[in-house]
Amino acid sequence: MIEVENLRVRFGRGKGAVEAVRGLSFAVKERETFGLVGESGSGKSTVLRALCGLVRDFEGTIRVASEAQRRTRTDEFHRLVQMVFQDPFGSLHPRHTVDRILGEPIAIQRLGNADLRIARALFEVGLGPSFRFRYPHQLSGGQRQRVSIARALIVEPRILLLDEPTSALDVSVQAEILNLLMRLRRERALTTILVSHNLAVVGHLCDRLLVMNAGRAVEEMTAEDLRTGAPREEYTQALLRASEGYRRL
Amino acid sequence: MSSRREWLLAETPGSRMQARLGQAYLRWLSFRENPLALAGLGLVLLLVAIAVLAPWLSPHSPLEQDLARRLLPPGSGSLLGTDELGRDISSRILYGARTTLVIVALVIVLVAPVGLAVGTVAGYAGGFVDGALMRVTDVFLAFPRLILALAFVSAIGPGLINAIVAIACTAWPPYARIARAETLTIKNSEFIAAARLQGASPLRIIWSHVVPLCTSSLVVRVTLDMAGIILTAAGLGFLGLGAQPPLPEWGAMISSGRKFVLDQWWVATMPGIAIFVVSLGFNLLGDGLRDVLDPKQT
Amino acid sequence: MTSPLLTVEGLRVSFPTRTRVVEAVRGIGFTVGREKVGLVGESGSGKSMTGRAIVGLVPPPGKVTAGRLMLGDVDVLRASARKMREVRGRRVSMVLQDPRFSLNPVLTVGAQIAESYRAHERVPRAKARDRALEMLRAVRIRDPERVHDAYPHELSGGMGQRVMIAMMLAPDPDLLIADEPTSALDATVQMQVLAILDDLVTRRGMGLLFISHDLRLVGAFCDRVLVMYGGRIVETLAAADLERAAHPYTRGLLAALPSLGRAGEPLPVLERDPAWLEDQR
Repeated sequence: MIEVENLRVRFGRGKGAVEAVRGLSFAVKERETFGLVGESGSGKSTVLRALCGLVRDFEGTIRVASEAQRRTRTDEFHRLVQMVFQDPFGSLHPRHTVDRILGEPIAIQRLGNADLRIARALFEVGLGPSFRFRYPHQLSGGQRQRVSIARALIVEPRILLLDEPTSALDVSVQAEILNLLMRLRRERALTTILVSHNLAVVGHLCDRLLVMNAGRAVEEMTAEDLRTGAPREEYTQALLRASEGYRRL
Repeated sequence: MSSRREWLLAETPGSRMQARLGQAYLRWLSFRENPLALAGLGLVLLLVAIAVLAPWLSPHSPLEQDLARRLLPPGSGSLLGTDELGRDISSRILYGARTTLVIVALVIVLVAPVGLAVGTVAGYAGGFVDGALMRVTDVFLAFPRLILALAFVSAIGPGLINAIVAIACTAWPPYARIARAETLTIKNSEFIAAARLQGASPLRIIWSHVVPLCTSSLVVRVTLDMAGIILTAAGLGFLGLGAQPPLPEWGAMISSGRKFVLDQWWVATMPGIAIFVVSLGFNLLGDGLRDVLDPKQT
Repeated sequence: MTSPLLTVEGLRVSFPTRTRVVEAVRGIGFTVGREKVGLVGESGSGKSMTGRAIVGLVPPPGKVTAGRLMLGDVDVLRASARKMREVRGRRVSMVLQDPRFSLNPVLTVGAQIAESYRAHERVPRAKARDRALEMLRAVRIRDPERVHDAYPHELSGGMGQRVMIAMMLAPDPDLLIADEPTSALDATVQMQVLAILDDLVTRRGMGLLFISHDLRLVGAFCDRVLVMYGGRIVETLAAADLERAAHPYTRGLLAALPSLGRAGEPLPVLERDPAWLEDQR
């Protein structure tokens, strides 16, 4: 479904140029959930942004549904691939009601039947009709993230990209959002890529994962390998140890 | 009353309209807490009311001359005195409010959309478009406003409408600057990224995502600048390049009173007070609006 | 444990808004001795406001009231502004979440550490520099000379937070309040910073109030844990007993964490009981 070969992304030019992604390859099968794990600066979010077209200048090949992608993407691409962002406060327009936020993609893609679609989308993410005409500042972080998910799914994409969808949320809300994502993924047969620094979240949601460091792949493994604690590389082992919590000296 | 209040403040509005009105009502509630802003709003509303009701409010015609009653002091049969042609100053000031309001309204209509369009397009497009549009803006900004307006008026001829066009030509660049700066910060936010991912065209993003966030700071700036615009108009009138006689215009009135300012002080002072009060009103209103509308504080 | 470094009784923090008064902290009491105490809760639980109230940094229009709020023998609520300046730094210091926002961007790291030190003790410049370098060494910065002359934007997140800790520890306070000191850091860096904090607090015999949303982290790092919910402390327990927590909220928080052990199953969702907000006593 998604194939990435030898992806390179460079920001800036000349001496000050930073190479955020330095030759990365992976493939995600249909209906699979793939995790990209790494610490800040590992380039994991940049990979996602290059995939969805927000970062235009890249080298290498990105194929989505067997089609090689270039700088600009088609309308069909935007119906096929959608994304949920990390910051539930920054990703919703502060002056638009939930109704308008969900109505935008319908209007852009000329899907029609807006009223019904919006009502159904809200219901699917566990928000009642009473939320429809609220502004983002009248919602909690978890509710905003549900609206973001509804916005991504309203065009019925087959691929969902998740950029740290729960890292700004409280633990109890994170559990609700993770459960919601798992249910929607199953019901809609979604192919998903999850970017996160949290190994537990990735291990919980994903089938396979790729550990990244400084723009390069460290190791690719199945979630099963992670659970049984069998990472080969030392870097992954260090991440795993840190995720298990603090140990007294 | 209380049920209407509850409807407006409902946590769960039932329609688009209710949500929008609720937001407006919340703004009004916080605006209401600022007495100076309310005073400013009062003055501006007063200007509008006077302009509309001028024919009924004024005791005399603003144009009727009575040379037997030249330069009478305030009180002597004429509330604010008469000018050198025996015209009633109070009536001329009331009718002058119309001229002022026309200037204000036309400048807003001409300036705000142009500034907004240039600024948002330059900010969002970036690169060559940005450079070209901003250099044009810089050229306009490089001249003092009154001098540039003078140049325009002398090129296209004196008159009220020409004065307004000249003011508008000199007033838009600061708004383009503001709109561009706002656009640059908005452009990198995630909700714009989300709109791009939905396949929204650049024009759509500018119009329905960027513009709504720029308008509030622009509204504030326009209101605050209004005093300056009125003063520029008065300045052009004073120099004889704005409204032409016998049309009552405050700046031109001051200009004609200049000759008698030592002996018949009221001829120049009364329109001066009117300009001062209206400018103050717009400034107070602008300050109040800034507190309510500034998106950075919400 | 001798007399407590911090005594809090009946602490309330409230924010009046146009329509009502929002109570962020609703009558809590606890003490901190020379130990590591964790204050855990989700956003809106009032944990950060508790920390700010102790050092007198609740932003206006917030109001702080308390039966007793003592730092050692100083009454925070009745102390003069001058006395409070002396108390902040000497008795108590605070480390905030994100070093990028709490360090002054136009001053070098060394100047800021020296500043926090010289505010309390008149020492010559050269001595202040030595002291600053010593503090940087104490937070295990490898080349203290370079970091001393660096500006905050030249440092990584982990480095910045170590500098913050160095700065706060320079005047040698009795009690350190750390509000989410490692939440903005990567997991591996987080562990390093925690180890430094742990080491310093233990060696100097200080008290530490560690404010965090991460129950597991606090359980592993601290001696005692106070769990806050809706402006109240709902449970106090020894960190070692965390797995045997009695309050449904604490248990719910622990269960809601995804773990590698039971991946793929739906996570238990925390059901909030309105009764938790009511007075227990």
